[in-house]
Order: sequence, then structure tokens, then C-alpha cells
Amino acid sequence: MNRLTLFVPFALCLALGAFLFFSLGKNPLDLPSALVGEPFPEFALEELHEPERQVSTDDFDGQVLLVNVWATWCFACRIEHPWLNSLAEQGVAIVGLNYKDHRKLAQDWLGERGDPYQFSIFDPRGVLGIDLGVYGAPETYLVDAEGIIRHRRVGVVDERVWNEEFRDLYQQLVDDANAKTE
Amino acid sequence: MIAEYGHLALIIALCLSIVQAIVPMVGSFAGYRTWMRLGHSLAIGQLVFVAISFACLTAAFLQDDFSLQYVANNSNTLLPTQFKVSAVWGAHEGSLLLWALILAVWSAAVALFSSHLPLVLSSRVLSILGAISVGFGLFILLTSNPFARILPFSPTEGGDLNPLLQDFGLIVHPPMLYMGYVGFSVAFAFAVAALIGGQFDSAWARWARPWINSAWVFLTIGITLGSWWAYYELGWGGWWFWDPVENASLMPWLVGTALVHSISVTEKRGAFRSWTLLLAILAFSLSLLGTFLVRSGVLTSVHAFANDPERGVFILAFLGLVVGSSLLLFALRGPVVQRQKGDTEVVSYSGLSREMMLLLNNVLLVSAMAMILIGTLYPLIADVLDLGKISVGPPYFNFFFVPMTLGLMVAMGFAVFSRWKKTDANMLLQKGMVPFLISLSAALILPLFLAESISWATYSITAVITLGASFWVVTMSLEDLWQKLDRGSSKQSSRLKNLTKLPSSYWGMQVAHIGIAVCALGVGLSSVYDVQKDVRMVPGDRVEVAGYEFTFDSLDFVQGPNFGASRAQISAYKNDRLVAVLHPEKRKYEARNQVMTEAALDAGLTRDLYVSLGEPLKGDAWAIRLHVKPFVRCIWLGGLMIGLGGLLSVMDKRYRRRRKPSTQTAPQPAATEAAAQ
Repeated sequence: MNRLTLFVPFALCLALGAFLFFSLGKNPLDLPSALVGEPFPEFALEELHEPERQVSTDDFDGQVLLVNVWATWCFACRIEHPWLNSLAEQGVAIVGLNYKDHRKLAQDWLGERGDPYQFSIFDPRGVLGIDLGVYGAPETYLVDAEGIIRHRRVGVVDERVWNEEFRDLYQQLVDDANAKTE
Repeated sequence: MIAEYGHLALIIALCLSIVQAIVPMVGSFAGYRTWMRLGHSLAIGQLVFVAISFACLTAAFLQDDFSLQYVANNSNTLLPTQFKVSAVWGAHEGSLLLWALILAVWSAAVALFSSHLPLVLSSRVLSILGAISVGFGLFILLTSNPFARILPFSPTEGGDLNPLLQDFGLIVHPPMLYMGYVGFSVAFAFAVAALIGGQFDSAWARWARPWINSAWVFLTIGITLGSWWAYYELGWGGWWFWDPVENASLMPWLVGTALVHSISVTEKRGAFRSWTLLLAILAFSLSLLGTFLVRSGVLTSVHAFANDPERGVFILAFLGLVVGSSLLLFALRGPVVQRQKGDTEVVSYSGLSREMMLLLNNVLLVSAMAMILIGTLYPLIADVLDLGKISVGPPYFNFFFVPMTLGLMVAMGFAVFSRWKKTDANMLLQKGMVPFLISLSAALILPLFLAESISWATYSITAVITLGASFWVVTMSLEDLWQKLDRGSSKQSSRLKNLTKLPSSYWGMQVAHIGIAVCALGVGLSSVYDVQKDVRMVPGDRVEVAGYEFTFDSLDFVQGPNFGASRAQISAYKNDRLVAVLHPEKRKYEARNQVMTEAALDAGLTRDLYVSLGEPLKGDAWAIRLHVKPFVRCIWLGGLMIGLGGLLSVMDKRYRRRRKPSTQTAPQPAATEAAAQ
């Protein structure tokens, strides 16, 4: 056997090691979701602040809204959070999906940084996360008035991402919804 | 105090493993026999201290010592005792301790059962195992200490074990799986020791083979149990999800399967040497990679426990060190291994021979592993390369895996008849004639009767292919068995005599191959004929699914030890005859206020009835999921048969034969020591 071929496994292993090392630093993945164009999955989970209250898609109330997947262990969520606060101030409806987290920590986190969410779905075991195909936190879904998912963003939504991916679609969906009710 | 003893015992075990990693290895080069022998006693000492540590953690669970962070997070005073014990390995820290314990068990087993091995070899194997336990010991003590206290304000009640894990499955599945994962460390240690010593021949293969086969048996059964557990506990009715964590266990299994076959060539024919070594290194590397993927949080998965980059960095560094150094060693020492002093003839084989068949087996298995590895890591690699981000799901895996499995099964049928060195192609075709006709007719006819009604509309090509491949493997195996019995004379008595004379490794091969066929049958048929209905039912309702009538009789509330549950009674009738009464539950676990679906099953060889409660709807109504799953049980039956086959082959007489060390190993230690110096 060629002397050099014996080094092939070693070289492959080095390459793989390098990939794994670089991937440790970055997590969010912008994955096209099979769920775009599909209804938001049904769920019945507790509200983060009021454990005795069960929330479901009925609580979306026919609004055009963002569902934001977040967690206290997710570092990127801290970066994203101020922009969500300012979106909420502009009147954008946002629902939080607290993903694989501890209730107390999550409540404190929102108390400290401000709570942009109309309500927060508490999903400590990632049950809804599995139905949604959540790849990691943060993730944001744009849901229209009929409860259909129209866009998905894996990773931070900041001003730039909002302007590029969400703003026009959001405005259009809101206009459509208003036209229907009139 | 108990926790502190446990912590201390773990530190002592780490110190012992450091000595075990260094002293016997140095001794083997310097020729100090006492230093080399030290490895054996150290391995046993290490087992004692890791076991003490493990027992202390178990005691902390049994005593509800919530001042331990790990116990507080994973137990509760109301948790039933058997789950308190299994909760020890229910989360990250404890499962690593279990890993360390199992590594110590394997090391001690090597120390106890290696008296017939040359001392140089066994001391090096133990030293390498010691080095691996140093890595794991440091990992536990530095990043994931299960004995960490919450003081001074410790909670009075624990957070309870994840309800998904409060199940018989958790008691048996992780230990089995880890026995397999960690067992490959022995194969790895043997391979590295062979590379260091430069001695690698049939004798080596004969010594290493029982270890490799036993690890493979544990892994097979571990994966089977895991799949069975997912099926009945997760409440989705699926049995395999191509989840990164499942892939992490399947990859070492595929490589292990290739290794189990290639080492037979190394033992019997002295061929495939560097290939066997590479597979032994790979199998353990993939086990470690699995640990990295699960523990570092680079991939999200159903099983993800902790997203802790610090742990990820540690495992990656450890992985890099173990895999990188062993592969470098492989590259540098490979040529020494390929040419052995004792080689009298060049090992040769023709284009069609048992060697080639096994090579084909290895190529297919390793390609299957590679494609799973690529599929699992693709999101990461694409992300690093900025290729855009694409997720690969079951369609990708099935697209590659299914044809490869079918290819394997076709080859498997012929391989049983193939001979070493050279096989006559005409003979193979001739032997294959009758089984081919039987399989073809079974494959074409049976699908007509398997569906609900006899019609062309439900005739399924997938079922034809599945049945054809499975029947092919079984009939070829049986034909071979029949011929082995017929050898000599065709008298009934001599057949029986031949039956008892067949070596147990032959039975092992047959049972495992037929197990593959049974498993494939289950996979194929259950995916074709599975019928699932999601319905809204109120008590008194009657729904028909695939020939079965399900009636929703009643709904009660029952109180369990640490949960309350809504429990439905659903009866299943076939042709107006009662076949099963099922009690699916919707449980609410009190400590975490968490809702769990407990599916109810009526298991049978030809079909499972599977009922799970969805969400309560308005009034008395419930969303209920009704499944009829034909032949799904064959998947796990096949898995167990594969494991049993491996077990039979471990028990073969030729591995138990203990000759005196002097007669058996006389030429080899000399060669080894010469090579070492």
C-alpha cells in the first residue's frame, strides 16, 4: 500500500476536528423550514408568569405576530433582546417561547431586561420546539392572522434583519388582515 | 459526608489511573516485569474506587440529599426507589460517572482475563485504558462534578427526574449502550498496543476478537432497547428519528459491525491488517464523537442535555488528542504492521472469494457510516463554510441507507456460501437458484394478503422488495445449514450429530444474519402498512382503524406515586371479538408540573395496537391517536437476534481454550520485544 495513503485518516480527522472547533463558537443556523406556509403547530402549554394558565394557538387572537424562541442560557438572545423591546414599543405583537429553560431564571431575566412579549409560552422540555423543528435559540417565526407561519429566521433578529426580511412582509400581512376585517 | 467520600474516591481513582497510564507503558519499554504487572492491580484498584464513588452518589439519591446540586435537580422525595437508583445516570454528570464506572469494569475485566496474553501486550492495553480513564476522570472532576454541593441554602425538595426518564427503559438502556461504547475502548487499546509493539497477526486477532464481539453485542442490544423505549415512551409511535444522538450510536455500531467481520479475515487469513486496525480505532473514535455531539450542544437534538461550551471544548480537546494521536501512530507504524516476521506466504485471494465478500461488506458498512456522519455534521460544516444552511432529515438518510442495506442483504445471502481464497461463481449461482425462486414468489404473492383487503390498489412495491430481501437472506442461510448437516451421510442420526458439531460461532453468524432479515422485515412492513388515525372521541364512541374497532369506554382519574393521571379505557375488537383493553394515560407530574403522554400498547408478533391520548378537547372529548402497526415488533426481535448471534460467537470454544502461556505465546513476546526496542 502506498505509504501516503496511511495518512489519509489522520488528515481527515484533522479537517473534521477543525470544523468541530469552529462550530463550537457559532450555533444559530438559518434553516429553511418545512413549516413555512403551514399552520403553527397546535400546543397546550403553561404561561411563563402564570403557571396555572394554559396557553394555545387560540391566544394568538387572530393577530399578525412574531413568535420568538429564547432562553436564558442563550447568549445571542441577550443581544437580540433590546431590539425586541423596541419592536414591541412600535406596536408589533410578539409572543415568547421560552425554550428548555427554568421558570425562575426566565422570569428574573425578563424582569431585568424588560418584557416585550404579550405572553410567554413556557416549554421546559422543548415539546413545542420539536413540533416546530427548532434548531437552536434564538429563532423567530412570523405568523399571519390565520395562524399560518410565513417566515422563519434562525438566529438573531436585529434592526438590519428586521428591515431586510421582516418589515415589508409584516406590513403587508397586517394590511391584508385589516382589509379582511373591514 | 457520604458525598465527600464519593468525591474523594473519585480523586483517588483518577490518581490510580494516572499511574496506570504511565508505569506499565514505561515498564514495557524498559523490560521491568514488575512495572508491567502493576497495571493489572491498578486496574482493579481503580474499579474499586470508582465503584465506591458511584455507590456514594447512589446513596445520596436514596437518602434524598438535596444539598447536592445534581440530586436536587434530578430527584424528589416522591420518586419511586427504582427510579431514584436509575436517576443516578439520568443526567449529564451521573451518566459520565456511569461511563467512568463501565470503563473501570472493562479495564478490570482485561486485567483478570488476560493471563494468557503476553505481558508486554496486556500491560500496554491496560496502560492505554488507563490513559483514557485519566481523560474522563479529569472531565468529570473539572467540568461536571456530580458531588457539587449547594450550601448553605440547600433546597428541601428536589426538582424531580425528567418524567420521560421515569421508566424501565432508562434503567437498562444507558448502561447497555455505554457497555458497548466503552467496550470499544478495549478494541482501541488492543489496536494501539499492536501499533506500538509492531506485532499484529492472527494471534492478536484471536485475543482481541472476543472483546470486540462482546462490546458489539452490548451496543447492539443497547441500540435496540433505545429504539424500543423511544417507541413506547415518547408517545409518537416512531422507533427511529435519525436524531443526531441516535446517529451517534449507530455510527460506531456500523463500524463495529465492519470490524467484527474484518477481524475474522485477519484471524483466519492474516489479511486486512491495517484495515482492521483502522476500524478498531474508528469505532472508539466515533463513540467519543457521539459523546462530544451530545454533550457540547453544537447540535440540538431531542436528547440534548446541556449547552455548555466549556464542556464542549474539553471533550473536543480530548477527542482530538485520542483520535489524532492514534491515527498519526497508525500512519507512522502501518507499514511495520503490514509486514510481519512470521509471514511465510503472501496472502492472496481471487476476485470472487470470501475475502472479497467481506471486503464488500466492509465497504458498504463504512460508506453507510460516512453518509450518516456527513448528514449529521452537514449543518455544522455548511455553516462553517458559509455554504448556506440546509437541514438534512429522514429523507436524506433513508435515500442512502435503504439501498445500502438492501445491497448488504443480497451480498449476505451469497457470502454465507463463499469460500476463502477462491469461490466458483457457478457454484454460487447454482446454490442461489432455489432460494431466489422461493424469495421471488414469496415477495410477489405475500403483499396481496398483508394489506387490509386483497386488491391491487394496496399492492406495495416496498413490501415486495422488503419481503424479497428478507426471504433471500433467510432461505440462503437455511440452505447452508441444511448442507452442513447433510455432510457425510444423509442418515437422520448423523444429521443430528452434525448439528451438535457445528461451532457456536457458526450458529452466531446464522442467528445474526437471520436477525438482520427479521429486523428489515419489521422496518419495511411496518412503514408500508402502518395505519394511523387522529380522532376526536367522547366516551362511548366507536372508531374503525385497519379492521380493528376501537371503543372509548371510560375516562378516570388515577393517582400515581408522584403524578396524577387521566386514564382512558379503550377496547379493541376484531370481527366483534374483544382482542385488547388498553389504558393510555395523560400524566401530570407534580414536582415539575409537567404533562406526559403514556401510550398503551397491545403487542403482538404480527401487529401492535398503539393508543395514545392527545389533548383534552371541549366537554368530555379527547384527541386520541390510534395506530395499527403490523410487524413493528420484528424490528426489536431482529435486533435482539443480532445481539444473540454476537453472543454465540463470543462463546465459541476456540476463545476459551486456555493453553499454558509458555506454549502459546513463546514466539510472540520475543518478536514483540524485539520490535519494541
